Amino acid sequence: MNRILLFIPLIIFIVMAIFLGGGIGREDKDVLPSPLIGKPFPQFILQQVEADKQLTQSDLQGKPMLVNVWATWCPTCKAEHQFLNTLAAEGVRIIGINYKDDDDEAKVWLRDFGNPYEFNISDPKGKLGLELGVYGAPETFFVDGDGIIRAKHVGDLNQRVWQKYKGIFDQMKTHVEPVKQDGEENKGEKQ
Amino acid sequence: MKFMLALCLSLLTLTSQAVVNGHLYPFDNELDKDRFNILAEDLRCPKCQNQNLADSYAPVAGDMRDKVYELMIEGQSDDEIVTYLVDRYGDFVRYNPAVQKNTFFLWFAPGVMVLIALIIIISITRGGKKSKPLSEEEKAKLAQLQAARREKQDS
Repeated sequence: MNRILLFIPLIIFIVMAIFLGGGIGREDKDVLPSPLIGKPFPQFILQQVEADKQLTQSDLQGKPMLVNVWATWCPTCKAEHQFLNTLAAEGVRIIGINYKDDDDEAKVWLRDFGNPYEFNISDPKGKLGLELGVYGAPETFFVDGDGIIRAKHVGDLNQRVWQKYKGIFDQMKTHVEPVKQDGEENKGEKQ
Repeated sequence: MKFMLALCLSLLTLTSQAVVNGHLYPFDNELDKDRFNILAEDLRCPKCQNQNLADSYAPVAGDMRDKVYELMIEGQSDDEIVTYLVDRYGDFVRYNPAVQKNTFFLWFAPGVMVLIALIIIISITRGGKKSKPLSEEEKAKLAQLQAARREKQDS
């Protein structure tokens, strides 16, 4: 009987090795889960890049959209830009957040490479980026018609990645609900 | 020279300031400076992953440090500041994880393992000391052996 007890440490070791060893390869170091999923888009008051207009979170409602965090200093943003143009041509609503960038440089970029964005929010100090937990551009948030964040992708969008999120995005389209919270909706209109 | 040294020393005592990666974060007391340093060491940079906010040169770590400073100056507590960052970047930013459902294993597994080890050690050592009384058969065999030995000595 005691002989069998002697094997307990070995068994524990093997179980732990399998359990922990399984986790080693699985961790995707570049993608952290966002705590913002299922939460409303954070509040902000910022200027639009293209026009002298103030934007707030209430501009991010209505039709479901992608909110794309980009900058002219970000090489990967350049890599995904063409794909964003394609998506926009297909009718996908895309809003830009020009993150820690210069408005003038951003305008030149949009002129030269095409503008897939309905409008761009200017975030020169990265304050909105901090609210969104942005840690590396490009990042893309999937925001539904009620302004709720449904998913987040870190890294460039491309055909392969889009296939992964298309289901979520299409579901968001059908998700647009009739007015549910009367009080809040009225308040929004008054503002 | 002496004057310069004295001047430098007296300047040092004027205010408390935390220096992180060449950035100055002035505080009006030592306590807040220490709090800031501890927070910057306990919070993890989401970009460069195995560095804390104090070590990291990533721009996002700088932004987060500035935010920690800003919130401290506003008078928020350490917990409020950590919650603020966790709400935006996730539990990942904590080097000192909270005790919650998905961290029970992390926090309590070592204690449970020590307990299991103790139980095993105790059961093994106590099991070894216990000796059963001899059975009739064994007694007979013992008597036989002793008799044989005596015979050998006698001869």
